[in-house]
Amino acid sequence: MELCSFLTLDAFITDPLTHDFMRKALLMSSLVAAVCGFLSSYLTLKGWALMGDAVSHSVMPGVVVAYALGLPFSLGAFIFGVGSVALIGFIKQKSRVKEDTVIGLVFTGFFALGIVLVSKIKSNIDLHSILFGSPLGISLSDVKQTIFISLLVVILLSIFRKDLMLYCFDPRHAKTVGINVFFLHYLLLTCLSLAAVVGLQSVGIILVVAMLITPGATAYLLTDKFDNMTVISVSSAIISSIIGIYVSFWFDLETGGSIVLAQTFIFLFAFLFAPRYGIFKLKKLFAGYKS
Amino acid sequence: METINYQNFRIDAENICVDYNGKVALYDANLKLKPGQICGLVGMNGAGKTTFFNALTGFVNISKGKIRINGESVRSAQKDQTIAYVPQNEGIDSQFPISVWDVVMMGRYGSMNIFRCPRESDVQAVKDAIERVDLTDQLSTPIGNLSGGQRKRTFLARAIAQRASILLLDEPFSGVDIRTEKLISELFIQFKNEGKTILLSTHDMIHVREFCDLVLLINKTVVAYGETSEVFTPENITTTFGGISPDFLFGPES
Repeated sequence: MELCSFLTLDAFITDPLTHDFMRKALLMSSLVAAVCGFLSSYLTLKGWALMGDAVSHSVMPGVVVAYALGLPFSLGAFIFGVGSVALIGFIKQKSRVKEDTVIGLVFTGFFALGIVLVSKIKSNIDLHSILFGSPLGISLSDVKQTIFISLLVVILLSIFRKDLMLYCFDPRHAKTVGINVFFLHYLLLTCLSLAAVVGLQSVGIILVVAMLITPGATAYLLTDKFDNMTVISVSSAIISSIIGIYVSFWFDLETGGSIVLAQTFIFLFAFLFAPRYGIFKLKKLFAGYKS
Repeated sequence: METINYQNFRIDAENICVDYNGKVALYDANLKLKPGQICGLVGMNGAGKTTFFNALTGFVNISKGKIRINGESVRSAQKDQTIAYVPQNEGIDSQFPISVWDVVMMGRYGSMNIFRCPRESDVQAVKDAIERVDLTDQLSTPIGNLSGGQRKRTFLARAIAQRASILLLDEPFSGVDIRTEKLISELFIQFKNEGKTILLSTHDMIHVREFCDLVLLINKTVVAYGETSEVFTPENITTTFGGISPDFLFGPES
């Protein structure tokens, strides 16, 4: 019976969809993937991968504090996310410690604070689900909030798409022609914090970090056009979410981990076979066949 | 066409100081430039050339002094697209996934609406600018596939498309081919005739003598400033470069 459903592709795809939790998981992961994939192309180009790592970990105490005070999670996460970046900037400026070290020590500090708070404050926040997510057990209010925040971030990023590209490419020119670089900097950070919140509630911190870094890197290997890079980044993130969820359903694997692994495999594929920047340049291979 | 008013200074920097977290990068620096003047900015690495540019574009804040651009503040110069900055080739990420057309279009961003949708006039300005630097055959080439000279021309085109009246160029001649060098020097003459003001930093003494009406020698502050023929002397250059003779730095023929 089990084997039969495996053999028909139709059942392979539709069977999971009959479950409510699977539909929800697919929707949520795709939303998070879209938001993170979009941001990812900016982070890759700005050299902010570590910053994405830092912010997504640093929002954790914010979420716990917000929970304790009965405030929206996103507010707490936003304050701690942006706060961590401000603190990183401050320590870097006022000490001789190098930036990557400062980033590492600030985010581990914030994260540890989050863990300590979780253990102290009696709450229904489960550490394991914050870390690795529980895409299969998302509540309805979480779904609504995720949809709202995801749309907000995607709209903001779309409106300021070109300005953010300029900000990543040549902030000095942006400033010279009167574009508000300070605003763009904090816009990117705000979106990053919001993405972390969205991810934290559904797919977990570790997955958010992967989603903020891998799709952008994959896209960067595949194209020389910025717009294409965003499209590829978002679609590779969404596709790997879907693949990951299906694989985890059929083979009874950890969902978050499966999604990240799917992303990693897509990256590896691009790394090996990207037309221009891959190790075995596909274009050249095909050109070889033709001649 | 621009109206050239020789009564007013395009750039008027008075006693400007810049420090980064208490470390002084530039102090008591003065510069006055009129329309149509080309000024060379000469100094060692770390002498404050880039800081000077940054102060003029408003990329860093000055801690003391006053900067007037066309008689107005730096902030309103930014709003009016008055200043264009042409970066050093090393100062940009050549692997960024962006084409020549897109880079030059960035020159128009400041005068576009919030979505940065190019109007007919923006498209025309970009076309014209790319034509002036002779890159029409490379419109959609990613900048990573360009030569150093072509990349330099791309950023010059961006400055042209911006229609700025002041051009700040960081090492415009470093790492470029002969063809680009010739094209840039022709453009300088055109810019001068159009009444644009140019401030360029360079390591090359020959270029200073060739193009620059004025020269500003700096080493954290102004060592000497004035007409190239008067100020660009071996003694001043030696002082600027901390006691090293120009022969040693640039070879005896310069």
